[in-house]
Amino acid sequence: MSELMPGPEEGMDAATSHHDPYERRWMGVSIGILLTFALSVAITGFALGFQVPGDHARVDPRTVADTPPWDRPGLVEVGDGEYEVYMLARQYLYEPNQITVPAGSTVTFYVTSVDVQHGFKLQDTNVNMQVVPGHVSKLTADFDRPGEFP
Amino acid sequence: MLTRETTQAPYELTKADKRFVGAHLVVAVLALSIGSLFGPLQAFEWSGLDLYGLLEPIGLGDYYKGLTLHGVLNALVWTTFFITGFLTLTTIIGLRRDLKYPMLNRVGFYTMVVGLVMAGVAILGGWATVLYTFYPPLEASWAFYLGLTLVVVGSWIEGYGFFFTYYEWRKENPAVRTPFIAFAGLITMAMWQIATLGVATEILTMLLPKAIGLTNGTDPMLGRTFFWFTGHPLVYFWLLPAYLSWYGMLPKQAGGKLFSDSLARLAFWLFLLLSVPVGFHHQFVDPGIPVGWKAIHASLTYGVAFPSLLTLFTVVASLEYAGRKRGGKGLFGWIRALPWSNPGVSAQLLAGILFMFGGIGGITNASYNINLVVHNTAWIPGHFHLTVATAVTLSFMGISYWLVPYLTGKPLWKPKLAVLQTWTWFVGMLIFSNAMHVLGLLGAPRRTPLGEAPYVPDEWGGHLFRMSLGGAILLIGVILYVVIVVRTALQKERLPEEARVEVPIAESRFHPQLTPLWLDRWRPWIVGTILLILIAYGPQLVEQIANAEYSSPGFSP
Repeated sequence: MSELMPGPEEGMDAATSHHDPYERRWMGVSIGILLTFALSVAITGFALGFQVPGDHARVDPRTVADTPPWDRPGLVEVGDGEYEVYMLARQYLYEPNQITVPAGSTVTFYVTSVDVQHGFKLQDTNVNMQVVPGHVSKLTADFDRPGEFP
Repeated sequence: MLTRETTQAPYELTKADKRFVGAHLVVAVLALSIGSLFGPLQAFEWSGLDLYGLLEPIGLGDYYKGLTLHGVLNALVWTTFFITGFLTLTTIIGLRRDLKYPMLNRVGFYTMVVGLVMAGVAILGGWATVLYTFYPPLEASWAFYLGLTLVVVGSWIEGYGFFFTYYEWRKENPAVRTPFIAFAGLITMAMWQIATLGVATEILTMLLPKAIGLTNGTDPMLGRTFFWFTGHPLVYFWLLPAYLSWYGMLPKQAGGKLFSDSLARLAFWLFLLLSVPVGFHHQFVDPGIPVGWKAIHASLTYGVAFPSLLTLFTVVASLEYAGRKRGGKGLFGWIRALPWSNPGVSAQLLAGILFMFGGIGGITNASYNINLVVHNTAWIPGHFHLTVATAVTLSFMGISYWLVPYLTGKPLWKPKLAVLQTWTWFVGMLIFSNAMHVLGLLGAPRRTPLGEAPYVPDEWGGHLFRMSLGGAILLIGVILYVVIVVRTALQKERLPEEARVEVPIAESRFHPQLTPLWLDRWRPWIVGTILLILIAYGPQLVEQIANAEYSSPGFSP
């Protein structure tokens, strides 16, 4: 298209065409903000232990309800103030649907589903997991103050 | 002084192409009109007013069927049809040439329509109550999966049509920078073609074989990984056409120029590069993915926030330039000086304002362990109602306010009412999405008919009410929009020749030829995109596919 001129418009300063000074500053600020976020997340996640669930184990969703330890879902004390909970999710309930531990306990949740996907969240804790049939979702929480965490 | 404006007469779509783009809009608006009715029904149900019972006699009494219709019709159909139609226009007008193979694009469009009818019948019949994420082992009829596949394949074909057209244009114009609106549309389509490989693989290798009985089960975890390979860039497929308008059209409508052509192009390339390899940030709380890979995707997600911040700067700077040119003074005076009485402008300004909150919420969601606070809560739909349902939808509404007059040659019906419509959407969404965000922080789950739930505490009550109030205002907003565009298209009055609406194309402050050549070269960016995807997804995909167990039987609600 010959109408499109190959050169700059008249009276235009080619040197200023890119990187207006404000543009440069804004790019610097943006990178600074994002690096700060990334660093905070890295420190809290990997140094302070506020961690998301990772890969744990596979199970067969067709038989898991008959397989130990999920054939008897519930709370197990494994050490001083340390507990494990084996939980089954199904439409529309969790087994067990309520557990009680002394304040100061550490509880590790092992949750899996016998049917569809479920969301598992304990309010006011950092426990939040997608429960997917075929996989075990695992997360540990410290209950260092008394209270109810629905 | 020569400018492109004075040397180039506006390029016109042919009558046939106007009808073709218009056909996309008809389907899009139809989908929006039906899908949007179910939004307020959800909100009302949450606050204890269950109107689904009234719909029982016509087979629409199911909460989850309503939610499926709302998600599929609004988030998938309204957007995809509007976008393919809009990008047809930006390709033709931007490149100033007709499509290379007009029939190819027609084939693409009708493939999408056939797919939509199949999926629509399946949902209405109650054979696909699987929500718009259709997570296995929820199982829908084969017609739903095949229908969705055809919609995606149809959009691919339309994209091929754009690429062939661009290739021809490039041969004719070897040394010219690609005109921005065509450039932005082509990148959007290229990103979409790469991104949809994930969901295509999920449907063709797992969901469809199960639905027609070839296999006995699915691997839901692998399904999620395939889905979110597409799911996050899907968000950018919705957003980038709105960005195209904010960068390439809104400055013209506001009376100014694009502040920086090169920064705008850089942002689009970065979106191509970084849209896909971030999908695990939707799976932070999933089992089956090691934390290290989740952290890598979290970092890349901060990377994709960078072009969003560039966009914030360039769009606001372009608007300030326009406002000052119109006589706006002082730190904020330029904002008042913008042409708020033009509904096409007010829609996009208001969309942009709410999108800032959407962006902040998006960074919150993407922040790895902070995601534990909000995952699977009402916060999430609160968030995407600011993005897809406002930044995108309200911008598309604003685009319609010049596009429908342009396509039909008829004046916009009641422009003042159209301005009011944009404010209605803004206010309704402000109330609605704020209530949802707060409810999410209080622990309210998403995708749950809370009206029936026994555990709703009293402290949620006020927010649930605000949610339904916002929903009611939004319902008025969508009705106004549909009435305005339909009345515009159906009226008898025609615009006189000299008052014809033109496609608003913003000039850049600096001539695009000054933009460095590396910002107009496809190969390095495409190669970089594929490499980054292979690095960020490759090892996990190999691992998850190798360990896949198709052991989950299906569940059809």
